[in-house]
Amino acid sequence: MSLEFDTIAAISTPPGEGAIAIVRLSGAEAFEIADRVYRSGSKKIKQVPSHTIHYGHIVDPNTEEIADEVMVSVMQGPKTFTREDVVEINCHGGIVSVNQVLQLLLSHGARLAEPGEFTKRAFLNGRIDLSQAEAVMDLIRAKTDRAMHVALSQLDGNLSTLIRNLRGIILDTLAQVEVNIDYPEYDDVEEMTTKLLKEKAVQVRGNIAQLLETAKQGKILREGLATAIIGRPNVGKSSLLNHLLQEEKAIVTDIAGTTRDVIEEYVNVQGVPLKLIDTAGIRETEDLVEQIGVERSRKALAEADLVLLVFNQNEPLTSEDRALIEATNESNRIVILNKMDLENQLDVAQLEQVVDPSSIVRTSLLSQAGVKELEGKIAALFFSGQTGEKDATYVSNVRHIALLNQAMAALDEVVVGIDAEMPVDLVQIDMTRCWDLLGEITGDSVQDELLTQLFSQFCLGK
Amino acid sequence: MNQYEAGNYDVVVVGAGHAGSEAALAAARMGAKTLLLTINLDMVAFMPCNPSVGGPAKGVVVREIDALGGEMGRNIDKTYIQMRMLNTGKGPAVRALRAQADKYAYANEMKFTIEKTENLTLRQGIVESLIVEDEECKGVVTNAGAVYRAKSVVLTAGTSSRGQIIIGELKYSSGPNNSIPSIKLSENLEALGFELNRFKTGTPPRVKASTINYAVTEEQPGDEQANHFSFATPDSAYLRNQLSCWLTYTNEKTHDIIQANLHRAPMFTGIVEGVGARYCPSIEDKIVRFSDKPRHQMFLEPEGRHTEEVYVQGLSTSLPEDVQHQMIHSVVGLENAEMMRPGYAIEYDVVVPHQLRPTLETKKITGLFTAGQMNGTSGYEEAAGQGLIAGMNAALSVQGKEPFVMKRSDGYIGVMIDDLVTKGTNEPYRLLTSRAEYRLLLRHDNADLRLTEIGHELGLVHEAQYAHFLEKKAQVEAEMKRLGKTRLKPTAEVQAFLEEKGSAPLKDGILAIDFLKRPEITYLEVLQFAPRDFALPRAVEEQVEIQVKYEGYIKKAAEKVEKMKKMEGKRIPERIDYDAINGLATEARQKLKKIQPETVAQASRISGVNPADISILLVYIEQGKIAKIEAE
Repeated sequence: MSLEFDTIAAISTPPGEGAIAIVRLSGAEAFEIADRVYRSGSKKIKQVPSHTIHYGHIVDPNTEEIADEVMVSVMQGPKTFTREDVVEINCHGGIVSVNQVLQLLLSHGARLAEPGEFTKRAFLNGRIDLSQAEAVMDLIRAKTDRAMHVALSQLDGNLSTLIRNLRGIILDTLAQVEVNIDYPEYDDVEEMTTKLLKEKAVQVRGNIAQLLETAKQGKILREGLATAIIGRPNVGKSSLLNHLLQEEKAIVTDIAGTTRDVIEEYVNVQGVPLKLIDTAGIRETEDLVEQIGVERSRKALAEADLVLLVFNQNEPLTSEDRALIEATNESNRIVILNKMDLENQLDVAQLEQVVDPSSIVRTSLLSQAGVKELEGKIAALFFSGQTGEKDATYVSNVRHIALLNQAMAALDEVVVGIDAEMPVDLVQIDMTRCWDLLGEITGDSVQDELLTQLFSQFCLGK
Repeated sequence: MNQYEAGNYDVVVVGAGHAGSEAALAAARMGAKTLLLTINLDMVAFMPCNPSVGGPAKGVVVREIDALGGEMGRNIDKTYIQMRMLNTGKGPAVRALRAQADKYAYANEMKFTIEKTENLTLRQGIVESLIVEDEECKGVVTNAGAVYRAKSVVLTAGTSSRGQIIIGELKYSSGPNNSIPSIKLSENLEALGFELNRFKTGTPPRVKASTINYAVTEEQPGDEQANHFSFATPDSAYLRNQLSCWLTYTNEKTHDIIQANLHRAPMFTGIVEGVGARYCPSIEDKIVRFSDKPRHQMFLEPEGRHTEEVYVQGLSTSLPEDVQHQMIHSVVGLENAEMMRPGYAIEYDVVVPHQLRPTLETKKITGLFTAGQMNGTSGYEEAAGQGLIAGMNAALSVQGKEPFVMKRSDGYIGVMIDDLVTKGTNEPYRLLTSRAEYRLLLRHDNADLRLTEIGHELGLVHEAQYAHFLEKKAQVEAEMKRLGKTRLKPTAEVQAFLEEKGSAPLKDGILAIDFLKRPEITYLEVLQFAPRDFALPRAVEEQVEIQVKYEGYIKKAAEKVEKMKKMEGKRIPERIDYDAINGLATEARQKLKKIQPETVAQASRISGVNPADISILLVYIEQGKIAKIEAE
């Protein structure tokens, strides 16, 4: 007897308005179920060649009433994401028609997929390893092309390869320690001294540290650079916000797994995803023309990775402006002198004594002047000269970062142990622990609750 | 052959090597009426290969056997001719005791102990078949027609199982050291449906002591410091008049002789079919595989006090006898050495160990246990450890009690048996410290603390030994407590001592126990400043020192055990249909089907079963979506 997975279906595109929406079906009966609701002359999904796309309609078989006009991609397992038979129905965007298509599939044999279930199947069917499974989730949540690229390279197994190389180095070292222990009287193998062990530990630690350096950027790519726009009322915060939010740059999304009422606004600035903090506050302030200023700004500051401090260069610095400078001295800051189309009333030389001159940008948000320069500064600040290194391996997953930090701590303990002149077979315990921890990233060591936790994080239909 | 009823026993042990001796003693001491059958009464606990006991990992096994009430430790303590502690420059987890044995005294002493043991009958006889009814073992039949009825049978046939000795072009049927092989029993096991494999091991030539020029070799004397295997042997019993071993090397000439005769080496001509061990290679194997090495070490080890025979460790070979003469004479110190016995390779049958439960009972036939070299291991200690467990479980089964399975975190014996039944082995299995993931917890100094309670509960540890253990345990605890209460003040004396040591001076008072945690400070030095007015045995002092000094590391190892415990607790349902689990890699599926692990932890240790497979298995188990094979 054999255990088959049942066939699951879900809307695989994010909820909301879009040009198209995709309903995905996966499982042994995917083709049969699709055929029950798909109409295109005498064409049957079951009979078309694999990996082809077909025009047709989705109908309610009871009434033959058309639910939507669709394109259907037909993919036969195992060369699919889940390794099962997969049908993807490209519907017109909009909640109503997509939901109707999904409902029809559910009422004709499919089951609604649980969160992360497609990816889970891909994993369970041996299609992807653990770090790849996590990458899929990141990919789906990616905010910009660059973030997508990071997720994609992880999907390729880039991170896995890197980690496996590090594990290889550790394993070689451990092996030599072991030989010395189990064959104490043989002079055939060079004695693995604690000095050599320390060298290796420091080397691997360096590599992990490097990888972790990318973590901050990786996190930003994944979650967005928390950005606060602050300044007195009427200096142009609202214009800046609107400028940043204009056209396709705006990404409005709900954070996976939560409800739609936590909406943050993302903008894409030369590949850097900015997560704008307290945009509502900015609008509110302008609308009410009220003196909320510093207090509210301070709050936004606390959670910001980047501060855009806006001054009106048509007015001299006020004490309130100075207070804001004071408050942002510790932050990643870009100072924007707005309204450069108007007369300069602000003493720039004086300002340059209290802020880094290279962090100052002059703009006229009204005439778009200086805006490109501002965007360039934001990108430069983030990538700190590393722009364009698309193939660099970024660590962006929180679990990976935590494990890497623990691995690094284990290596630190190796060094501490060696410096304290602990014997090699004890120091080895920490070295082995580092090896185990790195293995948890790639899934080469098993950790019991990992999977449950991991898969519960996935969004519906991914 | 006419058969006759020769007696009824609870447990019959077949084979009286190192596994069989422990098995029979354990069963008898636990109160089972036991019969120990051996092909030749003069070969009880015989050492057909190296005359030594212990070494890394193996030495710990001897102590574990002792803690559980087994005999090997006590027996070697009565019959050693040299004692050495190895790895003294390394940490406490890997220190290892090794003894050179007087091999004749060792065998005699063990035989005598067996003869004196209550409930135990030692008898000569060649077992040819098992009595099996309804997949249950009911006894054995010998070549003389003797029928011995039993409730449990332990097989420890070792290299006798269809043994074949090979020396160059010469190949003949034989057990170890030209003894009678056991042929019919192997055939019987095959007929019963057991999967057997063919392994190979070997032994070096022996040379005559009076013909060795020791002056040009390097002496390796025994230790000054007293140490013994058994926790019961006092330091005062330490042998002062020890015999030395001697170190010499092969050279280019030796290697040339071997190279020139490789076409006659059974290893390479295809005469040897069995699989040998990578870590215990013959000299011809070493020279072919490591051709860039100009020399190899050889240790000359005396085989006893009343013999001239010297074991040439490192020169294990199955080259023709004439080549062996040449090889020996090419070695510095052995130019005129007289070879008394040639080295040989021996091939033998092993029971592929995945057919065993962790109790060493066969899965196929209830009441039938196998142990020792027969299960694919190599080494006296490995054999003895298994024999002890098999003997215990044979007795427990007769008594209708719960079986005993040693966990990996409780001892090397547990590691070994789990490895055997879980991972199997495709070469003779030898214990290494690196096989134990909780090595720091499985030290030789704490084997008694780990296992004496268990041995006592099983009735193997006699009251005197148990009382001794309880006393030691209490002393260790009391001394730890004392150090935890004694405060050292930063007196001039202390500071001067620290300065001389290159250790940081004290800023404040410090507890003696924390003072001892400084890596450069020893327990004896702490005693200078935290004196006690009572004496403690050295073993207690050692225990206190290790537990305090390495507390941090010990804790880490214990955490790892805790982590694994969860997986050990996750049982895999019986008769799980692995074919129904889609994501499993083919190799993993095959292995899981073959081995049928009992827990997820055990499954995770099967080679070829990757963490990804385990993750998949876990998901299936958690979801309860497990297909079962229909009961037959």
